Amino acid sequence: MRKIAIALAASLALAGPALAADKVRIGTEGAYPPFNQIDASGKLIGFDIDIANALCAEMKVTCEFVTQDWDGIIPGLLAKKYDAIIASMSITDERKQKVDFTDRYYSNSLSFIRKKGASIEQANLKGKTLGAQRATIAAEHIEKMYGKNVDVKLYDTQENAFLDLEAGRIDVMVVDFGVGYNWLNSDAGKGFEFFGKNADVGDHIGIAIRKGDKELADKFNAAIKAIRASGVYSKINAKYFPFDIY
Amino acid sequence: MSFDLGLVIEYFPRLLSGAGLTVELIAISSLVGICIAVPVGLMRVSASPTLRNLSLAYVFFFRGTPLLIQIFLVYYGLSQFEAVRNSVLWPFLRQPYWCAIVAFALNTGAYTAEILRGAMQAVPRGEIEAARAFGMSTALLFRRVILPRAVRIGWPAYGNEVIFMIKGSALASTITLLDLTGMARTIIAKTYAPVEIFLAAGLIYLAIVFVLTRAFRRIEARLNRYLLHESA
Amino acid sequence: MFDLKGFGDQLLLGALMTVGLALSVLCVGTILGLAGAIAKLSKSAPARFAAETYTAVLRGIPELLIVLVIYFGSSGLLTAAAEAMGHDGFVELSPFAAGVTALSLVFGAYATEVFRGAILAIPKGQIEAARAIGMNRRLVFLRVTLPQLWRVALPGLGNLFLVSQKDTALVSVIGLEELTRKAAFATGFTKAPFTFYMAAAVLYLTITSVTMVGLHLAERRASRGMPGMRG
Repeated sequence: MRKIAIALAASLALAGPALAADKVRIGTEGAYPPFNQIDASGKLIGFDIDIANALCAEMKVTCEFVTQDWDGIIPGLLAKKYDAIIASMSITDERKQKVDFTDRYYSNSLSFIRKKGASIEQANLKGKTLGAQRATIAAEHIEKMYGKNVDVKLYDTQENAFLDLEAGRIDVMVVDFGVGYNWLNSDAGKGFEFFGKNADVGDHIGIAIRKGDKELADKFNAAIKAIRASGVYSKINAKYFPFDIY
Repeated sequence: MSFDLGLVIEYFPRLLSGAGLTVELIAISSLVGICIAVPVGLMRVSASPTLRNLSLAYVFFFRGTPLLIQIFLVYYGLSQFEAVRNSVLWPFLRQPYWCAIVAFALNTGAYTAEILRGAMQAVPRGEIEAARAFGMSTALLFRRVILPRAVRIGWPAYGNEVIFMIKGSALASTITLLDLTGMARTIIAKTYAPVEIFLAAGLIYLAIVFVLTRAFRRIEARLNRYLLHESA
Repeated sequence: MFDLKGFGDQLLLGALMTVGLALSVLCVGTILGLAGAIAKLSKSAPARFAAETYTAVLRGIPELLIVLVIYFGSSGLLTAAAEAMGHDGFVELSPFAAGVTALSLVFGAYATEVFRGAILAIPKGQIEAARAIGMNRRLVFLRVTLPQLWRVALPGLGNLFLVSQKDTALVSVIGLEELTRKAAFATGFTKAPFTFYMAAAVLYLTITSVTMVGLHLAERRASRGMPGMRG
């Protein structure tokens, strides 16, 4: 009876042990260009994906990607849907209570975007509608800095937030600089511009892993150092940005 | 697996405020939905093939596609067009609140129209013939006999439709609204405790459904009280 | 009609996943519904209570929440269950398995009522006749009730199947790449939401239409030899 029950459980559960020796499952979002997104052939592409593949090659393991909506990405890691998150996640104290992080693999500041020529300054945001993705440091920053003085709209994906900026539903977008830079250089971003000073919240982007999974953290840290030293990192960097984002 | 009851208690008031928006969305959408359903239901049984086909196309589209797709079409889809953004409707359509109501009302309008059509076709022939024999015009016949009877016949099915709409309203969270589900998802973004918070939200939904089911049964009994007199 | 910018194949793949998901839900959900109906009509009070609770809860909570709870909650529960049975290690549901589980639970709750009604619709006389010739309750169920159940239950099950096809869109939120998620990806890439959500809507309508034709044929076949049943 016990055997049957276990067999049943095993057949229901399509994935076996979480971490086979040479396979690492990586959770990412797939809706955060240019860091991670899905192209017309259904393939994951972007800076995060290239870095992840380079790290896995360095660690001599096979990487398997799992896509997951952003607001479920940490719960997914905790529920062992994957072993690491490589999805442009900021290292924050709140998150550190739930997960561990590796060293950073790039740095970020928060940028502000408005319609070209709009008379909006960082000093007079009162009463304006600010948009950001749900469960991000941008959302947190808005809440902390402007709180109840502004109208905040939070989105499931950054792409949906940009659609609404374009549609004029929000006045100001607060977003990771690299993402904003990429969008402003796309067709959709033509009528918009950065304004004010970027908010430097000391933001470092790392790889999130489950608490106590030190072995995996060490491996990732060693691999990050290795690709920084070998020049693989700067090649990937140059593919997406004309400036150093480390 | 651990369950943190403290979290549930801490965030319960915020969940309740989300539930307030959920109830508001449902109330307004069902009223607008009825305003759509009555003319569409009448078109479905009309003698004109044009009216019949138009109403059929509307009902087919909104009953044949997922509500999630309908919401995305109204909220993100319409704003793709410059003409919509420059139109007089934009002050409404730029707000997720009204987009949710438009999508929910169009959706429930289609289902309710079908319930109404079925109920109108179930009104006993004899009653219609009797009214005709009195010399009632078609308009009067609908107003005095067919519609009042159809409401009684279709009421239980409409009760189910409202329950479906309560559950469908959870999708408002996908277009930035902080309804019960949206509030739950925002809290989870801070606490990373999906199971606790979603279960608490689930309980609130159950309570709303329970109260509404009761109310619908009450009204049903009231609508049909003349039947009790007959049997007494 | 639409310029799908190379995402057409992706949408079709997504539609295939949607159909696969819906068919799996139909199979598992039907079994759950049958079990639920048997429990509701059983003599055992605990079985009736369990079935009543199951249908009341599953029909009163948004499908979206059920999908999310099953996806995030199942691994903890399953792992605990496996440990209790002496199996160490981690078990979990893939997005597909979680989607099938969640939507089947919902489908089963509604199907319970459909089957309950269908069982009650079978004329008492037939069951009494079967009992009179010495069949036990099990045999009566298998030989008399079950074969006729399908005919009566088919329209109700058909409606539920149409509903659950549309509910599959909700599984997109847990990362299964079915039609809605593919459309969302394409929207993100091309910034043309109306085009892709409308294309997805057309594919859903196609799936619905094919199903409706299939159901019509199945109902005709099921009621052959029953002249009174034909519409």
